[in-house]
Amino acid sequence: MLRFMIRRALSLIPTVFLIITFAFVIIRAAPGGPFASEKQLPPEILANVQKRYHLDESLPRQYVRYLGDFARGDLGPSFRYKDFTVGELIGDALPPSMLIGALALLISVAAGVGAGVASALRQNSWLDYAAMSLAVIGISVPLFVTGPVLKLYLALKHPWLPTSGWLGGRSGWLVLVMPVLTLALPYMAGIARLTRASVLEVLRADYVRTARAKGLSERVVVLRHVLKGALLPVVSYLGPAFAGIITGTVVVETIFAVPGMGRLSIQAAINRDYTLIMGDVIVFSVILVLMNFVVDLCYGFLDPRISYS
Amino acid sequence: MTAFTSILALPLALSLPLRAQDFVFNNGSEPQSLDPALISGVPEGRISAALFEGLTVNDAETALPVPGLASGWTVSRDLRTYTFTLRETTWSDGTPLTARDVVDAWMRVLDPKTGSPYAYLLGDNIEGADAYLKGRGPASGVALRAPAPRTFVVTFVGPLPYALAMLTHSAFMVTPTFAVRRFGPGAWTKPAHFVGNGPFVLKEWHPQDRIVVVRNPRYWDAGNIRLRSITFLTIEDQNVAFDKYKAGEIDYVPDDSMPSGRIDEIRLRKDYHHMPGSMVYYFVFNLIRRPFDDVRVRKSLSMAVDRDELTRRVLKAGDIPSAGFVPAMGGYRTTRGNGFDPDRARALLAQAGYPGGRGFPRITITYNTSARHKLICEWVQQAWKTILGVDVELHNLEWNTFLDTKQKTHDFQIARSGWVADYPDPSNYLDMFKTGAGNNDGLYANPRYDALLARAATMLPGPERDRALEQAEELLVTRDQAVLPFFFYVTRYVLDDRKWGGIHLNALDIHHPRWWRPR
Repeated sequence: MLRFMIRRALSLIPTVFLIITFAFVIIRAAPGGPFASEKQLPPEILANVQKRYHLDESLPRQYVRYLGDFARGDLGPSFRYKDFTVGELIGDALPPSMLIGALALLISVAAGVGAGVASALRQNSWLDYAAMSLAVIGISVPLFVTGPVLKLYLALKHPWLPTSGWLGGRSGWLVLVMPVLTLALPYMAGIARLTRASVLEVLRADYVRTARAKGLSERVVVLRHVLKGALLPVVSYLGPAFAGIITGTVVVETIFAVPGMGRLSIQAAINRDYTLIMGDVIVFSVILVLMNFVVDLCYGFLDPRISYS
Repeated sequence: MTAFTSILALPLALSLPLRAQDFVFNNGSEPQSLDPALISGVPEGRISAALFEGLTVNDAETALPVPGLASGWTVSRDLRTYTFTLRETTWSDGTPLTARDVVDAWMRVLDPKTGSPYAYLLGDNIEGADAYLKGRGPASGVALRAPAPRTFVVTFVGPLPYALAMLTHSAFMVTPTFAVRRFGPGAWTKPAHFVGNGPFVLKEWHPQDRIVVVRNPRYWDAGNIRLRSITFLTIEDQNVAFDKYKAGEIDYVPDDSMPSGRIDEIRLRKDYHHMPGSMVYYFVFNLIRRPFDDVRVRKSLSMAVDRDELTRRVLKAGDIPSAGFVPAMGGYRTTRGNGFDPDRARALLAQAGYPGGRGFPRITITYNTSARHKLICEWVQQAWKTILGVDVELHNLEWNTFLDTKQKTHDFQIARSGWVADYPDPSNYLDMFKTGAGNNDGLYANPRYDALLARAATMLPGPERDRALEQAEELLVTRDQAVLPFFFYVTRYVLDDRKWGGIHLNALDIHHPRWWRPR
């Protein structure tokens, strides 16, 4: 087990290295640069600015410099936001995204697994049909529709909730409600469908029949045997989903003015803020790899057939 | 349902009583910096005007320069040397503010190591500054002096008619060089270390969310600052910001935060205010590409657009149609340009060898992705097709790619452009088309034009100078049609002026936070 963990942790290094290299090259291939503007900088001043950020050096040298700084844990200064380092900006943007993402995922797991299990146990009942119809809607309606519709009814037509904004303003924690709800809906729907399908499959498995044959109550059969087996696909779905949801979604963050990673990354790309883009990419990929790692570990607990030795 | 909603509404109701001295509005995108030496955008300019003050500031109603840090000034007979008397005041940390601070602050902008985007504004206008900025002259050669603690003297390169207006610009604001040295760039603009001399001081800065400034008790006119705080929200999406205004969560939507796609809804509101502004919307021709190297083609295209229809029927925002490029200001009059005249347009195109558009190559208009630009370009495409029989392709590019195409590679035929003056003077519009100038994207080159501008630069303000500049614009637009102007944008905002005062319409669309107040 320990050896498995160490091996996985070590495999992170080449992955991140490859990602840095790709990102470094691709960003610089995009036309324009971090200091382009409608009113152009005079050449002497542009040269000074570029020198300050080492953009006057050759690309290989810039690359080596970046790797060196990165190895020391320094993601560099932001080219666009001159009063901040990339580390500071990400440090500010990650918590809002993580808070909203974690709350949304918590709600969607609770509601999604609940609805999925209930639908499977009462297959083809009105409850099943209702839950699955809702799930199809949840999956197919995009965030940029759900968000504004929620806003229209809950904030503009009726002044129940603030339209947008973040904690620390006039409206307190209520700013969280709509972004969390909007973000949770598609995940909830996805998890519900996945759970239902997987519970249905497990219900027909031999070991469930054995459990029933032993004379266990239906309650114990479902909770101890069915659910444990049925959650495997859900867990493997949750790994990347968790990584995706906590690193921010541009749409939800834009609609509700959440100061998170999604907006930060988009602005970084628009502004050709090379170091900030690199930082975003690195943070996102490390979280993704870590989450997949956690999923692998969870498998071991949920499925007795899997062993890491 | 009702029980649920009342539970939801309760905390909101408790937190809602808006304190009438705390002003909240959307400032747009995240500022590049709070250091006035490093900024260039409109959102940045607004914050810096709350935190710092230069020698002059923009008046609330007219935006014309009025005394700021300087209580008064005298001007030498040749109109080149200004002697300012500073107010007796301190920085927000209590350090006395002297004329030496003004010299140091301006020298920091000019210092090549600072990399200030507006250093050229000082370099072009202050005696000896250009040489220093470009590393060809000593710091001592820059004509800035502080002969007494409250006396500051500057000598300009010529009799600049716009000198006092120019000094309101953020590049001329006074920054605490002692704090910059002590805490270093990036750190001195954070709330913990912040030192300023403006009506407000920095209290909170949450990137992508908001910046909060509070009244500066040490400001020289603190008694007349009636707002306790201003919250600058950072929302890039204009629809999101406008929804916030409609829900009563913010107090003001400035021009640059207005969603143009909702103009039909907005212009019916009682709290919508607008007037003609000074920003020009135009197309630039790539003059070295066929068929745009032929002036008849360029004129024909200009005469084939009915600017009146565009602004009234399509844009509906109240923009002022104009075939001329420089808005009227002071005694300066906009040139008439080549306005809508479909018959002459067709005749000119025929003379150029393309009767009825036959044989005319397929041409492309390049613009940066935006709903408004798309609307305008599609309308132009339609107009040129119906009137001239010319086929036009539209090519939209993401902002940075667009800039690269337009400015560096010049790989375009016709490109969308806009320009707003840094200070109200016609030369600020015309200088960019001098041969080889940095923003001369269409590569216009006319020695007579260059000579006219060079002459105007040495002339005293007055009718004679205005006439020289008018002649230059006449050359650029009416004779050579190097650019194709469409209209001057309206300046507009949404504000409940029964609740808030100190924000007035003006052509420059400058609204200095110092004047904002509750009614």
